[in-house]
Amino acid sequence: MSESKNNKKNWPLWEVFVRSKNGLEHRHFGSLHAADAEMALENARDVYTRRNEGVSIWVVESKNITASNPKDNGELFEPASDKVYRHPTFYDLPDEVKHM
Amino acid sequence: MSLKKHDFRENGDKIDYLLTIADNSLILGQRMGELTGHGPTLEVDIACTNIALDLFGQVRSYFQYAAQLSGKSCTEDDLAFLRTEREYKNVLLVEQPNTNFAYVIAKQFLFDHYHFLFLNELQKSNDTTLSAIAKKSIKEVSYHKRFSSDWVLRLGDGTTTSKEKIQKAINDLWPFTQELFEPNEAEEKAIELGYGVDISKLQEEYKRAVEKVLIEATLEVPVLEFYQRGGKKGVHSEHMGYLLSDMQYMQRTYPGMKW
Repeated sequence: MSESKNNKKNWPLWEVFVRSKNGLEHRHFGSLHAADAEMALENARDVYTRRNEGVSIWVVESKNITASNPKDNGELFEPASDKVYRHPTFYDLPDEVKHM
Repeated sequence: MSLKKHDFRENGDKIDYLLTIADNSLILGQRMGELTGHGPTLEVDIACTNIALDLFGQVRSYFQYAAQLSGKSCTEDDLAFLRTEREYKNVLLVEQPNTNFAYVIAKQFLFDHYHFLFLNELQKSNDTTLSAIAKKSIKEVSYHKRFSSDWVLRLGDGTTTSKEKIQKAINDLWPFTQELFEPNEAEEKAIELGYGVDISKLQEEYKRAVEKVLIEATLEVPVLEFYQRGGKKGVHSEHMGYLLSDMQYMQRTYPGMKW
C-alpha cells in the first residue's frame, strides 16, 4: 500500500541508455524520474546528452529490469574466477594481427 | 552609459533590429534562468535551464554582430547589461513573471511557436549573418516548442488542478500575444530592406499551431477584444525594472567585471 501511495507523489524511475557514437552499443548512463516513456526520453535528452554525449537514447522503466541478487554472487560468479583457460590467452598471435 | 541609435552612425537601423529580436530571447532566458535550482523536479529544472542557455547563446550571436556593426563602440556585454529599461525592445510577453509552473510553461509555449515561425523566415534574410544565426537557432527552438507544447498537453489534459492552472496562465498571458506580430520602427525598416521578417504575415499560422495544441489539451482558446502592447517601443510592464535590477546587478556593482 505504501508503494502505491508513494507512486502518486513521485514519478517512476527510468534507466537511461545512450549510444555515444554510431557503431557503438548503447551504454547505461544513469537513471531519472518521469511520468511516462515520452517524458523519460525528453528528460534523458536534457539530463544526459546536454554535452553532446549521444546520438541515440533508450529508456526503460526500472521495474522492468530483472537483476541478479548480490546474495547469489558466490554461485553465479565465483566458479568462473579460477578458470583462466576460458580466456583466449594461450595462443601465440602473429604480429600482423592487431586489436586483439 | 547610454546606448542610443545616434551613437551607432550608419548601422543604427540594423542594430535596432538586432536588439528588437535578441531582447526577446534575452529576457525570456533570464526568466527561465530564475528556475535554476527551483524547478519542480531535478529533470525539469535542467530542461528549463538548458532552454535558458540556448536562448543566451542566440543572444550572444546577435549582440556580437551588433557590437561589430557598431564599429566596436560597444561590446556584447554593454548591450546585455548596461542599457536602461526603455532601451530594451522585447515584447511584454517574455518579461511576465513566472508566478507558478503553469505560467512558466504557458509563457514559453506562446513564445516558442512564434519564435519557430520567426526563425524559419529569418533563414531567408538577405543578411547572411542573420540567416546563419537563424539556421543554427531553429533546431534549438524546435525542441523548446516540443518541450513546452508537451507540457501544455500534460497540464491541460492532466488533473483538474493542473488544467485550471494552465488555463488561467494561458488566459492571463493571451493579451500579450498580439504584440508579437506588430512591427516596430526597426522591424518595418528591416522588412523594407529585406533583412528582416514580415512578422505580420506569421499570425495566422501561429494561431493555427497554438490552437491545435490547446484544443488537444482540452483547453479553451481565449477570445479577446483588447491586447497589451508597448515592450517593442520600450514601454514595459512594472515587472521589467525588477528583472533588470537582478540581471544587471553584477555589471552595475562591479563595472567592467569579467566572468
